[in-house]
Amino acid sequence: MKDREEIIAKINEAVGKKAVSSYRPAPNRFHVSVAQGDLRKTVKLVFEELLGRYVILTGVDTPQGMEVLYHFSFDEVGLVVTLRVLLDKQDAKIDSITPIVRGAEWIEREIHELLGVEFVGHPNMRRLILAEDWPEGVYPLRRSYGRDST
Amino acid sequence: MGLKLKALCKSPWIFHINTGACNNCDIELVDALTPRFDVERLGVLLVGTIRHADVLVVTGGVTQQAAPRLRRLHQQAPKPCLVIACGTCACTKGIFHDGYHMVGPVDEIVPVDIYIPGCPPKPEAIIDAVVKLLRKVA
Amino acid sequence: MKRTVIPIGPYHPLQEEAEFFQLQVEGERVVDIDVDLGYNHRGIEKICESRTFDQIPFVVERICGICSTSHPLAYVRAVEEIAEVEVLERALYIRTIIAELERLHSHLLWLGLAGHFIGYNTVFMWAWRYREPVLDIMEEVTGNRNNYAMMKVGGVRRDILEEDLPKIKKMVEGLRRPLDMLVGAVLDDPVIHARTKGIGVLTPEDARIYGAVGPTARASGLAIDVRRDEPYAAYDRVEWKVITWESGDVFAKVAVRLLEIPESIKIIVQCLDQMKPGEIDAKVKEIPPGEGIGRVEAPRGETFHYVRSDGSNRPVRHKVRAPSYTNVPTFKATCVGQTVSDATIILAAVDPCYSCTERMAVVDGVGGKRLSGGYDLISLSQRRTREILNTLAGRVAQGELERGLREGYRRIGGKAC
Repeated sequence: MKDREEIIAKINEAVGKKAVSSYRPAPNRFHVSVAQGDLRKTVKLVFEELLGRYVILTGVDTPQGMEVLYHFSFDEVGLVVTLRVLLDKQDAKIDSITPIVRGAEWIEREIHELLGVEFVGHPNMRRLILAEDWPEGVYPLRRSYGRDST
Repeated sequence: MGLKLKALCKSPWIFHINTGACNNCDIELVDALTPRFDVERLGVLLVGTIRHADVLVVTGGVTQQAAPRLRRLHQQAPKPCLVIACGTCACTKGIFHDGYHMVGPVDEIVPVDIYIPGCPPKPEAIIDAVVKLLRKVA
Repeated sequence: MKRTVIPIGPYHPLQEEAEFFQLQVEGERVVDIDVDLGYNHRGIEKICESRTFDQIPFVVERICGICSTSHPLAYVRAVEEIAEVEVLERALYIRTIIAELERLHSHLLWLGLAGHFIGYNTVFMWAWRYREPVLDIMEEVTGNRNNYAMMKVGGVRRDILEEDLPKIKKMVEGLRRPLDMLVGAVLDDPVIHARTKGIGVLTPEDARIYGAVGPTARASGLAIDVRRDEPYAAYDRVEWKVITWESGDVFAKVAVRLLEIPESIKIIVQCLDQMKPGEIDAKVKEIPPGEGIGRVEAPRGETFHYVRSDGSNRPVRHKVRAPSYTNVPTFKATCVGQTVSDATIILAAVDPCYSCTERMAVVDGVGGKRLSGGYDLISLSQRRTREILNTLAGRVAQGELERGLREGYRRIGGKAC
């Protein structure tokens, strides 16, 4: 049974030096930004080795780029770890983590259709929640939706 | 007044469709079936197929995905078929009025005979609406 | 062997939520399953970006009518985390009371539906009958049977008046015996056993890789419960147990939900007793920039909200994750290999913000031809139960259940029925 500090230390050890940044807003919250190339490896560490529970992914359209957050929960110690990748908005591509975490299949499909992020290696990329006749390439959750007349 | 309408007033057969509702209206509608309110004793019956329905009860503010289905169902219903828009979403899209996936409200898709506002409307309000509708038709 | 897919048009009277499940079957066995969402997508996350922080509880309350407390509570917790707000004690107790009342009404609702799907209408009618007093208590406390509008950032919006406390306590205590009887009767019933034991097993490993939560996960032995893992409201001030079960089948999921009912009553009574007079609102004025996560244990499992603020009065981003989002996909693991007549109850067992099970499609895998509707799927399920009920043992069992429930209801002063 690990405690919070051990878990965070292990994550830092794996990506710490290469992590773009990390911060701890509260004892039970840890956020770390990882480079795109490190995502799969970090998810494997958190999910398979440290046995974190997969919660969900969040896509965020920011002025700096397209962020994808990966939330994992360590229930025994009440800690939520959030991994973060920052992608280029014009070419938002990241490795799919569905091969590692089966449960991520739906959310990657959703983020793809609402924000236009491409998840490389997703086993089943197709529409999830938008209507069949919703136009391709129109991403409603982007800040630009409804602003540039599409 | 046609024979069908006459029969309808005695015992309206209701078909319910959810076009993107949060379920509250649907639950209150089904609650009307349960022992406390028990509309069945008034002759109101929920049927399993649109082809037997006299009254179509629509909940939800009609999402883009549900709109064609609502249209299709209304076409399939034997006429005359009365339509009840149940709940604030069905009447006006309510709190979701600016959602990008909403095409409703119901009266933009099919003609509505009676509106029941409420979020959700209580079973008493639903029963009251059905009675008012039947009186209006009779 | 010929594959068939059965489509389900939405024509069951109890259809509620709109999801299309597609089952591919070979003969009697389900070989694959998929789901078509979208009928219910209202674009809530985007809507929230154009609402102020204090308007949002009213929006998220309407994500799902049954979890009308969990979403607002998770949201306000996320915002309170950003603003580092300390919620006052009385508000914590009131939040707990509302949340547990919601758990009661949700589990009873689910029980009724599950009973209906397996054609055991006795269970359906009684579960929904007992739900009415719970809704009455909700109306006493919050003013509405559904959509309570109780949560606000920093506390709760309405107080429970001291002079109402004895009445509310009496109403809650009055539920204890009859619900105990309902729980006991259903758990012991041989028909329920026959229809749910060994069916739709979700292994702990599968529960983990799908991210299952709530009773779905606890029924497979995973002891996860946000109320204990990250205590909120008043859960760390009252005594209660996390309910788990090992077998992972449909019966386990029934058992976990049923056994949570007496725990909920226990929690509510303790809160009513321990609550002291005081303020209910921390009066939050501004939300600084930052990110917050709020999670609560909804009746279906962990509800997770993520909020990002930039110091203005609207969120930059509001991510909503309902528990069903990770529970429903477990159908890939639990339905495949099972028989068609069990498909309905297996799908219903994760409590998928319910009746999505009516939106099922069974399609011909070879020719893609649609067979008759999902009404048939539910009928299939109900027919199986009828076969059991028609045996002598089945008739006795049903008679006993009915007698026990009537007796119990009479004893608490219910009208003859």
